Amino acid sequence: MLLLAFDTATPAVTAAVHDGTAVLAEAHQVDARRHGELLLPAIDRVLRTAGVDKHRLTGIAVGVGPGPYTGLRVGLVTAAALGHALGLPVHGVCTLDAIAFQARTEVEGLSGEPFTVATDARRKEVYWASYDAEGRRTEGPGVDRPAELSPQHRSVGAGALLYPDAFPGAHGPEHVSAGALAGFAAAELAAGRELLPNVPLYLRRPDAQVPAGYKAVLPA
Amino acid sequence: MADEPLVLGIETSCDETGVGIVRGTTLLADAVASSVNDHARFGGVVPEIASRAHLEAMVPTIQRALDTAGVKASDLDGIAVTAGPGLAGALLVGVSAAKAYAWALDKPLYGVNHLASHICVDQLEHGRLPSPTMALLVSGGHSSLLLSEDITSDVRPLGATIDDAAGEAFDKVARVLGLGFPGGPVVDRTAREGDPKAIAFPRGLSGRNDPAYDFSFSGLKTAVARWVEAKRRAGEGVPIADVAASFQEAVTDVLTRKAVKACKDNGVDHLMIGGGVAANSRLREMAQQRCDRAGIRLRVPRPGLCTDNGAMVAALGAEMVWRDRAPSAFDLSADSSLPVTEVHVPAVGLGHEDVHGQAYDALGGGA
Ligand SMILES: [Zn+2]
Repeated sequence: MLLLAFDTATPAVTAAVHDGTAVLAEAHQVDARRHGELLLPAIDRVLRTAGVDKHRLTGIAVGVGPGPYTGLRVGLVTAAALGHALGLPVHGVCTLDAIAFQARTEVEGLSGEPFTVATDARRKEVYWASYDAEGRRTEGPGVDRPAELSPQHRSVGAGALLYPDAFPGAHGPEHVSAGALAGFAAAELAAGRELLPNVPLYLRRPDAQVPAGYKAVLPA
Repeated sequence: MADEPLVLGIETSCDETGVGIVRGTTLLADAVASSVNDHARFGGVVPEIASRAHLEAMVPTIQRALDTAGVKASDLDGIAVTAGPGLAGALLVGVSAAKAYAWALDKPLYGVNHLASHICVDQLEHGRLPSPTMALLVSGGHSSLLLSEDITSDVRPLGATIDDAAGEAFDKVARVLGLGFPGGPVVDRTAREGDPKAIAFPRGLSGRNDPAYDFSFSGLKTAVARWVEAKRRAGEGVPIADVAASFQEAVTDVLTRKAVKACKDNGVDHLMIGGGVAANSRLREMAQQRCDRAGIRLRVPRPGLCTDNGAMVAALGAEMVWRDRAPSAFDLSADSSLPVTEVHVPAVGLGHEDVHGQAYDALGGGA
């Protein structure tokens, strides 16, 4: 197995190569406004660092959110186009599941406890999901105001850190890492479980309003 | 590289997901997926709906274009994409896809200007553009007069609308008359039954001291709305076809008069008209009459190539490959306000200085 993994659902632009057992290379930059500029160079870099020719890849794993839409779509359309051009299967991973997978290995004492993952959904809301002591998702993904949630006693992610009143006991990691996302995908695939389709988890309807001062009304 | 480079072009600046494939100046495929029906009930394009639709349509539209052209992706000589101007989130979907295809297929990437593409598309119908060419671009997003000395490197803005774009005025008048969205085609159809001389609507910026090449359609749109309102208030029927025809006449009169004047003033004997409004039948007819009278050769692509499409992007990309212009880097940005003087966005250090030098000259000498 040789997976190329990346995620653009959080402020991190993150890419990794994983051989089914371990991460061979990983790139990680935090810049919420430059997903489009940073992603493809990061993908190119991790493959070079890992010494893996793109034609030897066996699959792509991509974070399908939830996350702010504009950045999120960069990852999804990149995965779809790479999958199409290279003839590779594209496996979608809920970004919150990847953060949960990472947190269980990184955060002391979290393994064996239920916890909640929350990322920043802007507009005073968080994207969230809760996990049981074995790391299985039990609730979510959802998008809500922090005060309306009853999270587990322990929580991780930038959304939890941003609203300490609603998430006492919040930890890092703040954002997703592609290495963890690849590790999660590799484990699920090895266990014969299906991952998600390469379709965004928007969770909200589009803002159906024509912006004021909008120019391009007639197609052309 | 062949004299006839095989290039795929991706366009996502507004609500059409367009993928075109050309070989040199020959059109092989022009696949379009439009989300226009999803926007109709809002009376305008909703950016988030457009962006979602681009993501869904991208791979199927690419595949459809490849199938229609009967070529393999590996045979391509380059991938071109609209880098701007346009809706930021919509552009980003196309730019990201183009990078992924270019990288995966080991092909050069060309981020190109949407407006320059509207001009270059005419090469697919009428052969290579002469230098210089005058271009009148009219759509819902832009109304510009551009002097193209070299379509791959030197496009100078002579004038533009100072308020509404021409296509926007069509949409607003269609709304006032209750004709629906988008306004262009329906106003054109309705106007055929009307008298273009029935109502004398104002011709914006047409006074002796007004800027010769700029446009204004806001006053016209307001005049139409007031005229219709007055009729309704007086309890009289609104002669919808006459209003549509007279409004359309005012728009096309100003557009063609200024375009012909720009040609004469600058000693240019070719005029090309592009953009969605170039599909308007009265504009085509009036432009032909006035160009014939002035001894100017008129070039207007067929309506399907005037609206946004991927073929126009591929056409400009093929010209970039043929002229050996520097490709873009993989950190190419989608730029919602890319100026028309930036015909393409080469990688820094690869001809970047050249392009900016020319853009600088163009600004100094043109506007
Ligand atoms: Zn356009």
